[in-house]
Amino acid sequence: MENFEILYKNLLEFSWQQGVMIAIGCLLVYLAIAKEMEPSLLLPMGFGAILVNIPFSDALVGPIQELYNAGIANELFPLLLFIGIGAMIDFGPLLTNPKLMLFGAAAQFGIFFTLCMASMFFPDFRDFFSIAIIGAADGPTSIAVANKLGSQYVGAITVAAYSYMALVPVIQPPVIKLLTTKKERLIRMPYEQKSVSKLTRILFPIIITIVVSAIIPQATALIGFLMFGNLIRECGVLNSLSDTAQNVLANLITIFLGISVAFNMTADKFLQVDTLLIMGLGLVAFIVDTAGGVLFAKFLNLFMKKKINPMIGAAGISAFPMSGRIVHKMALKEDPQNFLLMHSIGVNVSGQIASVIAGGIILNIAAKLMGG
Amino acid sequence: MNMLAETAVNLEFNPMAFVDNLKYMGIGMLVIFVIIGIIILATKLVSSIKSK
Repeated sequence: MENFEILYKNLLEFSWQQGVMIAIGCLLVYLAIAKEMEPSLLLPMGFGAILVNIPFSDALVGPIQELYNAGIANELFPLLLFIGIGAMIDFGPLLTNPKLMLFGAAAQFGIFFTLCMASMFFPDFRDFFSIAIIGAADGPTSIAVANKLGSQYVGAITVAAYSYMALVPVIQPPVIKLLTTKKERLIRMPYEQKSVSKLTRILFPIIITIVVSAIIPQATALIGFLMFGNLIRECGVLNSLSDTAQNVLANLITIFLGISVAFNMTADKFLQVDTLLIMGLGLVAFIVDTAGGVLFAKFLNLFMKKKINPMIGAAGISAFPMSGRIVHKMALKEDPQNFLLMHSIGVNVSGQIASVIAGGIILNIAAKLMGG
Repeated sequence: MNMLAETAVNLEFNPMAFVDNLKYMGIGMLVIFVIIGIIILATKLVSSIKSK
């Protein structure tokens, strides 16, 4: 019998909590494959969750821990991913109408509302500031901010951020419908095609980097890497690098990022009532973000002759490009001749910039609280 | 089960914290709008210089 001990000894070490975490890992893999919900991240995260919850797993204290220390604990992976994201973004629709950026700002309201909500349950400001950043609807920003603040809930925050980004098509439409009338949803916004000069496209990432970093130095790395990626795209002399950043770099980092986030998904860290609460607060953040954008557009309509379709305000959350597409599809559903895509995508990319600024503001306030 | 019960006990509810932290909501939204406003003006300026 002793000879067969090797077959069952480790099995006896399984706790029910580890079983639940492995089930959660399998669920994430299922959602990634069957429902195509953010598959590039949920699949590595799900599989990583399985790996780290096997008793005495040599994957946890080994490669996953090393990857975590090498790329997440020092915020390197989220920043490198930002180069790829920056290279993917075309700011053209935003540059033809820079005022659209105001909606990106308004849609960050969910972050600060959630900050206040989370503070009622989590006494440590590093935790409730980190939870609030789920409302950035931007995975890399959430990971970078939560890590920088040293929150104990990095795993739960990351899972919440990516899960709700994948659920944007489910979360946003009912909120938009609830806050708008049919008449408002039918407002047409003709798109005036304007050419954006190459100089403007090149100067834009540089201006943003300088303005944001000068005011909030804590956001320099986040905004700088995002805009660096965009500059590679727009300069016109680094097409090969731009292509690499958009594809190879972004894919490679996504794999490493997803699987190393699982370091924080061990049963002892993840399976807590706090996690459920964080998931609930994350949902609140996304709903209030959406409401903030829509209500801001309605507010502006009070003063404008040329009315704005308030649905585009909802695209101000950073979940790019899903949010922009959702608004476009909703407009087409109401009126098959109402094409809001260019406006909503313009607002959506402004949300990407605004969410990074919001992350920087959170870090700035936290630094002051820490006396830094 | 103990682990869940333990964390549930550790959670506290302090409604006044919401009010105490409203200042961060105000500061945060104000700073975002100011920065975005500066970026809009700078972008318009660059575009107008080019068009001239």
